[in-house]
Amino acid sequence: MVNVSKAPFATGGVAAIDAALAHRLLSLALDRGGDYADLYFEYRVGADVILEDEKIKSLGRGISMGLGVRVVKGDATGYAYSEDFTWDRMAHAARTAGQIAAGGGAPAPVAVTPVTIPDLYPIGVPSVDLDAAGKLVFLQRADRAVRAADPRIVKCEASLVEEWKEILVVTSDGKLVQDRQPLVRFGVRAVAEEGTKRQSGSSGGGGRFGLEYFDDPSHTPEAHGREAVRIAIANLDARDAPAGEMEVVLGPADSGILLHEAIGHGLEADFNRKKTSNYTDRVGQRVASDLCTVADDGIVAHSRGSINVDDEGNAPRTNVLIENGILVGYMHDRLSARHYGIAPSGNGRRQSFRHMPLPRMTNTVLRPGPHSPDEIIGSVKRGVYAKRFSGGQVNISNGDFVFSLTEGYLIEDGKLTAPLKGVNLIGNGPDVLTRVSMVGNDFELSDGVWNCGKDGQSVPVGVGTPTVKIDRITVGGTKTS
Amino acid sequence: MRDIHEVLEKELRDIGQKTCELARRAGADAAEVALRDGSELSVKVRLGEPELIKEAASRGLGLRVFVGGGVGGRASNTFTSDMRPQVLEEFVREAVALAKLAEPDPLNTLPDPADFATDFPDLELWDEASLAVDAATALEWCKIGEAAAMAADKRVTNSEGATYDRNAGAVAFANSGGFVGSYRGTYNSFYVEPICDDEGGKKRNGFWWTANRFLAALEDRAEIGKKAALRTVAKLGSRKVDTCEVPVVFDPEAARGLLGALLGVANGSAFYRKSSYLVGREGTPIASPLVTIVDDPLIKRGPGSRSFDGDGLRVRKNTLVSAGILETILCDTYSARKLGRKSTGSAGRGVGGSPGPTSSNLILQAGTSTPEEIVRGVERGLYVTEMMGFGFNPVTGDFSRGAGGFWIEKGQKTFPVSEITISCNFDDLWKRIDAVGNDLELRTSTTCPTIRVSSMTLGGR
Repeated sequence: MVNVSKAPFATGGVAAIDAALAHRLLSLALDRGGDYADLYFEYRVGADVILEDEKIKSLGRGISMGLGVRVVKGDATGYAYSEDFTWDRMAHAARTAGQIAAGGGAPAPVAVTPVTIPDLYPIGVPSVDLDAAGKLVFLQRADRAVRAADPRIVKCEASLVEEWKEILVVTSDGKLVQDRQPLVRFGVRAVAEEGTKRQSGSSGGGGRFGLEYFDDPSHTPEAHGREAVRIAIANLDARDAPAGEMEVVLGPADSGILLHEAIGHGLEADFNRKKTSNYTDRVGQRVASDLCTVADDGIVAHSRGSINVDDEGNAPRTNVLIENGILVGYMHDRLSARHYGIAPSGNGRRQSFRHMPLPRMTNTVLRPGPHSPDEIIGSVKRGVYAKRFSGGQVNISNGDFVFSLTEGYLIEDGKLTAPLKGVNLIGNGPDVLTRVSMVGNDFELSDGVWNCGKDGQSVPVGVGTPTVKIDRITVGGTKTS
Repeated sequence: MRDIHEVLEKELRDIGQKTCELARRAGADAAEVALRDGSELSVKVRLGEPELIKEAASRGLGLRVFVGGGVGGRASNTFTSDMRPQVLEEFVREAVALAKLAEPDPLNTLPDPADFATDFPDLELWDEASLAVDAATALEWCKIGEAAAMAADKRVTNSEGATYDRNAGAVAFANSGGFVGSYRGTYNSFYVEPICDDEGGKKRNGFWWTANRFLAALEDRAEIGKKAALRTVAKLGSRKVDTCEVPVVFDPEAARGLLGALLGVANGSAFYRKSSYLVGREGTPIASPLVTIVDDPLIKRGPGSRSFDGDGLRVRKNTLVSAGILETILCDTYSARKLGRKSTGSAGRGVGGSPGPTSSNLILQAGTSTPEEIVRGVERGLYVTEMMGFGFNPVTGDFSRGAGGFWIEKGQKTFPVSEITISCNFDDLWKRIDAVGNDLELRTSTTCPTIRVSSMTLGGR
């Protein structure tokens, strides 16, 4: 790793945290008798540029930093944070978090040892440190491409959002781990008008990159601009979607968000530990058609959901959750791993130092199957092809979900015909997984734009799937016949 | 205690004014600073045992600087949680450098000082008693609320817990045009989330809650738990229904989601960005004559009340929809200028962002029917208690969301319904409202009584 640290708590920083100081803080946190404590130092710089009406409208920059202290006693958590790295404020946070454990003997924290980790997203200079003037051109290029693509375009907006985050995690069982996490996200939105009809289309992407994200020919500002226009124009001819149960084909890549919401959350171990998930106590049982193998993979190079270390100091890895339809495991944080008596799976994540870690997904994927995409679409007499999603919501307890499409098509006699508007897919995750009848050989990871919310905390995630056919799912449209 | 917080407000105002001055010295033509200093207490009990005690304070400073050189505004938006003087100086210099990179936009400048708020009514947003709540007291409330839920019905088999949250904080705002203002507020919420096991191993979860700026106005903890349990048990045996076109009744919880979505297309930002199906519709009917919608920032103790807006302007009650006619849309200074009009005093501003139009207390005014009468008037239809998903296209008004609730047969709520969608163009939905309830409560900053839509497409089996 090149030494590009900016955080005050990093080695050489103005408030450098070393193993001895961390040990003192952990001792204070465990003073009242907690079982375990950890420190999460975070430094985050964000930068954004927005283009609107052919102008660079605004530039933004933000810095936030702090220390979160967690103390665990049994299943209970005490949490406090400080935005200040002075000893008094950090010590106050440690004592406040320690309140959760009243009385009882305190285990002393073990000596802290730095851990080195591999780097899944090596980059040179953090992009937030590059001259902002050089970044404007990416937005201007997208704007030009959008306006040149079709005379029906009346509006273009583009944005570039960058983040540089440094973390230092120290645990009372002796780990000290640092990571630097770059993140970039680019987005273009185009509005088209024809007569009285108006439609918009969006395209975006990113990941754990600096500006080299744009080097890939499929990631250029022009490519995203043209894609936004393509969707806006296609939707001008969109017709009302049918309503009712039918066959649905999910396109590759973006459809992974459905998998994430409808299945993934139910496999986060906190819900299973508390017996509030439909998947509680079902390891070893069939929960999906045998075509389905689902994994959460924290170590995909440069993917938005990847991490070199999780926010509790544990190594990420590839966790197979469902193998050929059989539930094989959950995603864990420390609390749940201890409950199940297994090793943490590297899924303990948090939004910031103000939040306690929870079992969270990283990059959730459905592995490829034997069918060609043409064969899958060709098998549908009348149904819906879901290509792009604006987002979705799930009831984590039971897997009921709703997803909204921004691009979808009617399938008639095995062919994609009319574009559809206002399509929603609604169903139950566990049910839907049993109705997967074909899985494509065309796996793709979605270009990184997704955020996942849970308990009021948002974290970046990745998703991916091949083309998938679901035999029956409810489509919410406006046409009843 | 009051003294401490008055001092805090004054400190924030001072930092705001000093930062504006720093920005002027660093070469900005104008500057605007928003500051927040707040504390949170969050306590959760699950199955009778403490699960979380979280306690902390945080502060932040947001700065918007303008450089122009006569041709108009070039602006940057910056944020820092570090307010030490030596850090602020460097932070301000960077902000000015960043603003110089923006392209000039003559509309992007500070508002006319003549419009700044000068009168700051006491809206009674601060409650000392809320501040006095400690973790031990809150744990007791949570135990009582959860235990009441578990005891209310033996079909309640599990729990996501009971939670008490308290936020307290001060906000200050200053700009180089001479405006400085501040206010502080408290907010308490308490909720209980029981879980039942349905046939086939499916979990049914539900919740109920109470919230208020004033601790004394929170509803009885045990009653909240009991109501949460009854609402959850009522979902047992939920099923789909056949696809059909029927009248749909929205309870106040679900209806406020519709009102929030309407605000998303009835504001200046959506209008100038052409991201609203309502563009060009002012002065014309956009809803049933039964619908009147106001935004009123000056309600005492209101959850969304504010004595000045995010541009520093004086605020007022705005009528968005009067008997179905779109009278006005909510604008901040910038979006109003883009549309060639005046701000409605509706700017919201997070500390980290630029101002944009937001509602304060957004209210669909109560009608005359009782909720029971509204249901009784339905031969066959759906009573919606919850909606899911984000199926709303602001540009076209296409609306389709997941829904859950109860089937109505011959004017009576019957079995629970889930896993269905309700769809309708939003323009039709608002025009088809044929009943508005008298059950309006100001518990949340966006609020609605029970409403009925004469016909929607229900997507089910």
